[in-house]
Amino acid sequence: MSASGGIFWKRFKRNRLALWGGIVVIVLFLIAIFADILSPFEPDAIDRRHILEPPTSLHPLGTDDLGRDVLSRMIFGSRISLSVGFVAVGIASVIGMIFGALAGYYGGWPDRIIMRFIDIMLSIPTFFLILAVIAFIGPSIWNIMIVIGVTSWMGIARLVRAEFLSLKEREFVLAAQAIGAGDLRIIFGHIMVNSMAPVFVSAILGVASAILVESALSFLGIGIQPPIPSWGNILTIGKDNLEIAWWLSIFPGIAILVTGLSYYLVGEGLRDALDPRLRSGSK
Amino acid sequence: MLTYLVKRLLEMIPTLLGITLISFFIIHLAPGKPTDVLAELNPKITPEAREKLEKYYGLDKPIIVQYGMWVKRVVGFDFGESFSTDRRPVMEKIWDTKQPLLERRLFITFMLNLLSMFIILMIAIPLGISSATHQYSLFDKITTLVVFTGFAMPAFWFALLLMLFFGIHLHWLPISGLKSVNYESLPLAGQIWDRVRHLILPIFVSAFTGLAADSRYMRSSMLEVLRQDYITAARAKGLPERTVIYKHALKNALLPIITIMGLSVPGLIGGSVIFENIFGIPGMGQLFYAGVMQRDYPLVMGILTVGAILTLTGNLLADIGYMIADPRIRAR
Amino acid sequence: MAVIFQGNEGLASHEPADIVDISDQPTYGDALITGSIGEPSVLMPMLAGDSASHDVAGLIFNGLVKYDTDLGVIGDLAESWDISPDGLIITFHLKKNVKWTDGVEFTADDVMFGYKTIIDDKTPTPYKEDYLQVKKAEVLDRYTFRVTYGKPFAPSLTTWGNLVVLPKHLLEGKDITKSDLTRKPVGMGPYFLNKWTSGQEVVLDSNKTYFEGRPYIDRYIYKIIPDSATMFLELQAGGIDMMGLTPIQYTKQTDTDFFRNNFQRYRYPQFSYTYMGFNLKHPWFKDKRVRQAIAHSIDKSEIVDVVLFGLGSPSTGPYVPNTWPYNPDVRKYAYDLKTARHLLAEAGWVDTDGDGILEKDGRSFEFTILTNQGNNLRINTATIIQWRLAKIGIKVNVRAVEWSTFINEFVDKRRFEVVILGWSIGIDPDQFDIWHSSKTKEKEFNFVSYSNAAVDDLLEKGRRTFNIEERKKAYFRIQEILAEELPYIFLYVPDATPVVHSRIKGIKPTTIGISYNLYKWYVPKGLQKHRIEQ
Repeated sequence: MSASGGIFWKRFKRNRLALWGGIVVIVLFLIAIFADILSPFEPDAIDRRHILEPPTSLHPLGTDDLGRDVLSRMIFGSRISLSVGFVAVGIASVIGMIFGALAGYYGGWPDRIIMRFIDIMLSIPTFFLILAVIAFIGPSIWNIMIVIGVTSWMGIARLVRAEFLSLKEREFVLAAQAIGAGDLRIIFGHIMVNSMAPVFVSAILGVASAILVESALSFLGIGIQPPIPSWGNILTIGKDNLEIAWWLSIFPGIAILVTGLSYYLVGEGLRDALDPRLRSGSK
Repeated sequence: MLTYLVKRLLEMIPTLLGITLISFFIIHLAPGKPTDVLAELNPKITPEAREKLEKYYGLDKPIIVQYGMWVKRVVGFDFGESFSTDRRPVMEKIWDTKQPLLERRLFITFMLNLLSMFIILMIAIPLGISSATHQYSLFDKITTLVVFTGFAMPAFWFALLLMLFFGIHLHWLPISGLKSVNYESLPLAGQIWDRVRHLILPIFVSAFTGLAADSRYMRSSMLEVLRQDYITAARAKGLPERTVIYKHALKNALLPIITIMGLSVPGLIGGSVIFENIFGIPGMGQLFYAGVMQRDYPLVMGILTVGAILTLTGNLLADIGYMIADPRIRAR
Repeated sequence: MAVIFQGNEGLASHEPADIVDISDQPTYGDALITGSIGEPSVLMPMLAGDSASHDVAGLIFNGLVKYDTDLGVIGDLAESWDISPDGLIITFHLKKNVKWTDGVEFTADDVMFGYKTIIDDKTPTPYKEDYLQVKKAEVLDRYTFRVTYGKPFAPSLTTWGNLVVLPKHLLEGKDITKSDLTRKPVGMGPYFLNKWTSGQEVVLDSNKTYFEGRPYIDRYIYKIIPDSATMFLELQAGGIDMMGLTPIQYTKQTDTDFFRNNFQRYRYPQFSYTYMGFNLKHPWFKDKRVRQAIAHSIDKSEIVDVVLFGLGSPSTGPYVPNTWPYNPDVRKYAYDLKTARHLLAEAGWVDTDGDGILEKDGRSFEFTILTNQGNNLRINTATIIQWRLAKIGIKVNVRAVEWSTFINEFVDKRRFEVVILGWSIGIDPDQFDIWHSSKTKEKEFNFVSYSNAAVDDLLEKGRRTFNIEERKKAYFRIQEILAEELPYIFLYVPDATPVVHSRIKGIKPTTIGISYNLYKWYVPKGLQKHRIEQ
């Protein structure tokens, strides 16, 4: 990291939008973790007497087409949607870091092969590929996480490769090589830890994209399948009842929007705070 | 430059082969057979009849043989026959030469994306410049918020809200499709206006949700250029700020945008599935979705390949554009 | 005619929305625009597997016979027919002077050609089976066509609909799957294809020389709109005149002044039912008491109320209420948790460890309901059942699987515990393939592995006689046995709920729906919306 923690925090704090985004991100995290405590109802509890009811004091966000409490489903949905985002990004980061490290550290033919592979993956319209694979193997939550993960690692791989290219000639690496440290040790023990910052920023941005991809899949009917609640599939039920049940599309729509926005702002804020080149006044 | 171009073109071939290989194998990993869809749990179809159908479609051969056969045909732009009951050639479905250009699926998707890319550029470039020159100002913050809102908004939801507002409440714009029922009876000017009206919402949604990347890149690219020595020097010479920005900085700041545009092609094409489904636009994305749901392997493969060719062409054009714009590369 | 069907007492409800001016005389003109999620794939009935293709092809092709509004069989292209006393020979006398839309006369040769094509191995059609029962087919003269069956086959007459009529003069000696006619068909029906723009619309124009009289509405446009929410907005914006409503749209969204003034809604039962099928090879579900206990824990009326918004009826057997094979007096299972618990305890299922879930031999009662993805009604039904069964201590998981995987990997291979599926049933009650114990092999339709010797006999009896009373007796008994044994829990029969713009008159809802007389629909002169230049 190019800046020490204190300076970094000072710079991040100056970006008010990012700060607010950060607060939203943390709050959403807490909601997802404490979903069981926070939900007023069981998210799956069907109630034939309260079908498609607008918000009331009993159901603050209204009810859905099976009379289930939308607030509770939104709260549990945050857990599912965030899990999709984080697991998918986790998978993408691991793949990206491995490929990026191999390409950047060894150069030569491993680099050429990996770069060509990245070019290939970047030339496939990713959403087409996700759609085809999910439709063919089925939309279980794991399949969705894995497929989004394995189709979105390329950016991270490139970043890591670039970091490795610049770091591998640095003194601390050369020193480690001189004392006979193994490649694996150098890659993961020395270089990787020093190139985590951009990976982290990129991963934060990826979480929002993954949540959006899930909602797009839900719209096409192959996202997380009900009765498991996700923001995407609540929104899809809302879409079909747009004119009579605004609460079914406005709340999940805004949840996706605000979450996406917050992650982006945080990601950008982190990038600005971490990137020495963007520091004003310095060259 | 010519040798560079030839080299780039030749490089596209292995990339394309790689793309098709990956797509083909991933798609054929899936369980189930497309002929199942035809059966639709109809009690009148016998197992023998089903096997006959499978054999008819060549599904009994090993995957590697199927891929070999496929590549051989694709060289001649023949993607085979669709598995759906109409059994039309995939190429004809994507690019039907019997239809006027405006009705061909590939053309529709291509034009829509081109138009939305154009609109994105027209908005993103000035937005990015102003954001950069007024970094951390209120304007910068509002733009940041707006472009990210576009990005984080589920497109189908946004599209429906606009349809409801402009189509049902205000009656200003049509809801779906590319033209009205009475299109044929309109005079030429009316026909053009009819088409434009149908394009307003889809392109607006596509552009608004795709604005973030380009405008943010424009902003950071501009910020970077503004810190360069020659800009400091220009300012030091006492040149007016407008001249510094538009004459000296802009040209260099635009360069990375060309590359970004090339890279944004697959994203736009992928997004077409959503737009074309919600707006009932008969393009390639809609066809792809239908094909995927029916397990129409030849069609899915065909569209993935065409999408990849479009992307590679986009990248190539971006490279050429970069070369023309940047003398340092031209010399290569 | 051998088969007589029971009428339709008070079935189709027709809601008065606006008063039809009696002085309105049917007039020619205007266009009718229908919205559809799916696009037709091929406009030749025998090759088509999807409902969109059949919807459109049904307006282009007629059959030899068709169903009357009271479910009787009446002549279509056939003027009349004779059936031999043993029921094995049917002789069709065709109408004269019926012309294909290219001007060539329709004759018995066209029927023969269609028959030969459908039984041809090279024709990829899912409908072959019924025609393989025919032993001999002959053209007696230009207007007479005769078929001879090897064994009595009760559904025989009804199979001679529009699947088997093809223009021989255009198709002879050609590979019909490669023919241009699959996309530009030539028929003799009320409408003919004008233009088909992929992904957008299929435009049909009226056949001025239609043998039943020129249709009043000049143009029929089948508009493809892939998203249901968009389609509903198009309906309100005036972009389409007709679509099928979902239960929610029917009850909640169209109950406004705007809809009452501009649209007419219709409602009638569909010929299909949705059921929950048990894998009878599974040790838990082998026990009849377990199946009955589950039936007692499901409140069918709740499912009809919540999922269908009351637009449908609970079902008790594999036939649709108010049709002649339907037996209303079979055993019913009231929602009764006490009886359910009692039956389960008898079968050995008791909550021994107090976790709220029943156990037997150390295993918890937990199973998965599989259904197909994309059908919200079924997924919602499964969700309600999941919720209800939790109350008697059974843990249910719901899994929706993409259609072909569902059929191929789970149903065909018998790798399921419980499924929720639906059958579309023909009007003839023959369900040999679904219930007969010989039909349990892989890919066959008795996938729950139901086996009952009495039912086997009754099924055979029912399809090999033409005597309606005997058939009725057989099918009534089958329903009693099925209701007692519960290989399926029959859940509901959904209603079809189309909506049509109210300027369109002449619609007469019946048991078989509304579109059977589409060629007689009209728009009074003053209300016509589209001007068709021809």
